[in-house]
Amino acid sequence: MSSNANRSAPLGLRIAAIAGLLFLHLPLALIFLYAFTTEEKSFAFPPPGLTTKWFEVAWTSRPDIWGPLYLSLQVAAIATLLALIFGTLAAAALSRTRFFGRETISLLFILPIALPGIITGIALRSAFDIMSVPFSVWTIILGHATFCIVVVYNNAVARFRRLHGSLVEASMDLGANAFQTFRHIILPQIGTALLAGGMLAFALSFDEVIVTTFTAGQQTTLPIWMLGELIRPRQRPVTNVVAVFVFVVTLLPILAAYYLTRDGEHTGGSSK
Amino acid sequence: MTAAVAERRSGIAGALSDVFFARPQLLTFLLLTPPLIWIGVVYIGSLFALLLQSFYSLDDFSGVVVHEFTLATYEQLLEASNAQIILRTVLMAVLVTVASAIIAFPIAYYAARYARGWKKALFYLAVMMPLWSSYLVKVYAWKLILAKEGIITWFANFLHLSWLLDGVLALPVIGGPSLSFSYIGTFLVFVYVWLPYMILPTQAALERVPVNFIEASADLGADPRQTFRTVIFPLALPGIVAGSIFTFSLTLGDYIIPQIVGNSRLMIGQAVYTLQGTAGNIPLAAAFTVVPMLIMAVYLWMAKRMGAFDVL
Repeated sequence: MSSNANRSAPLGLRIAAIAGLLFLHLPLALIFLYAFTTEEKSFAFPPPGLTTKWFEVAWTSRPDIWGPLYLSLQVAAIATLLALIFGTLAAAALSRTRFFGRETISLLFILPIALPGIITGIALRSAFDIMSVPFSVWTIILGHATFCIVVVYNNAVARFRRLHGSLVEASMDLGANAFQTFRHIILPQIGTALLAGGMLAFALSFDEVIVTTFTAGQQTTLPIWMLGELIRPRQRPVTNVVAVFVFVVTLLPILAAYYLTRDGEHTGGSSK
Repeated sequence: MTAAVAERRSGIAGALSDVFFARPQLLTFLLLTPPLIWIGVVYIGSLFALLLQSFYSLDDFSGVVVHEFTLATYEQLLEASNAQIILRTVLMAVLVTVASAIIAFPIAYYAARYARGWKKALFYLAVMMPLWSSYLVKVYAWKLILAKEGIITWFANFLHLSWLLDGVLALPVIGGPSLSFSYIGTFLVFVYVWLPYMILPTQAALERVPVNFIEASADLGADPRQTFRTVIFPLALPGIVAGSIFTFSLTLGDYIIPQIVGNSRLMIGQAVYTLQGTAGNIPLAAAFTVVPMLIMAVYLWMAKRMGAFDVL
């Protein structure tokens, strides 16, 4: 639809659209504001005073933040790596051929994000119980990789569809073997899509809490730490400082992913 | 045939390449097996194990799970307190979906029809950023907003509208001691957190409405209102339905938002969480998860018939 491109929108529509966008963004601004408040026992608005001391407090005198942060980074890194491998394999296989049951299989890969997270969580937990698998970093990673595969798959499959088969055939005709063709022809073509998918997967894993509460046992990831602070708050502004940090850590990969895929179809994160 | 004239390649890699070239299905099979084992066996296997557990029951006296086939656990779902949890959750999901659709439409419509160039990119990013930014941070933001001493109370005082806020909170059922302990609060947070999932597919559907349909409608004498009602909206509907899959499914399964912002009455997600955790009643927890699975299966089937999958 572009016929109205040079006509301006009706006032009512413009107001409703801008109000909607403000509704989406203003609440996040408050997170930043409250990281600087001097009031630590309540969420009083307006803040009685402003200070930067909470950044220092979070950095120096809250050792309980570092363990969860390290665990979350570790989990996100490994889950992303696994998702990149499995998601790319699945996308390569499903985009290059048509066979019976292909639609069903592609539906299977989307299922972990189509079903509510709590179902994935409790299903994995009861499977661990049945098979007597003890909780560890790997049980968390297993859960995260399961839904991260989808994100990489979605990004990769869109790029594979645009990859011309004739390039691969030309490479093979000129004497390259399958591995050389992958290395020199396919990988450069799909590289940015994989990077974008990987970054989104990292952001998704770093932030995940619903599945994690079921697969973590007694371990604490950063989102689980935050959930604990939300339920039993102490030093509320410190929670805000961590929230600001989490916001930035998840936002940067998202912007990067957008930048990497903006020239193509907007598949970067068409579904979470 | 190319295969007939191509020379044999040397080395193991070359030999493998020849095999793959001759039998493309073998390569597909090899590529697909590892991810399929992961999703098909680990994930789907876990889901089936869960489903199986819902046909067991918990011995009320010993608190031990009885591994015998029974439908007794499903009968428990129909008990008044459990049925209320299900009804409450479904009603919340419906309201959240409708509200999201209403708020999302103008944003999607503006982005699809009027925004061009950098404005279009800005709209896209303005929706993507909240979609992907941290879920807990978003929920936390609303804890700040809805708190009794928070910005809404301050704003109501500022506008001399405290009586209105108090009046709303005094309402039966949806009110509460403060917004962060009421259904209104839970509803607002759900709408906020899932809204981007509604905007993107709605916008995708609107982008696909052919310009000449709109011009034809105008040429045939329809005023903008009629064009909207009879041409644009019906074509956008699959997008709205696609978005509603997310808002509905995510609301059905969430247990964190009603725990942090809401009153003490449980929703399905919270019931599942407490049943499997402290209560140790895995069979009933499993039976509870079957409810959203069934609802979503029916929902997906209807959505597919309306063509919602084409815009995803």
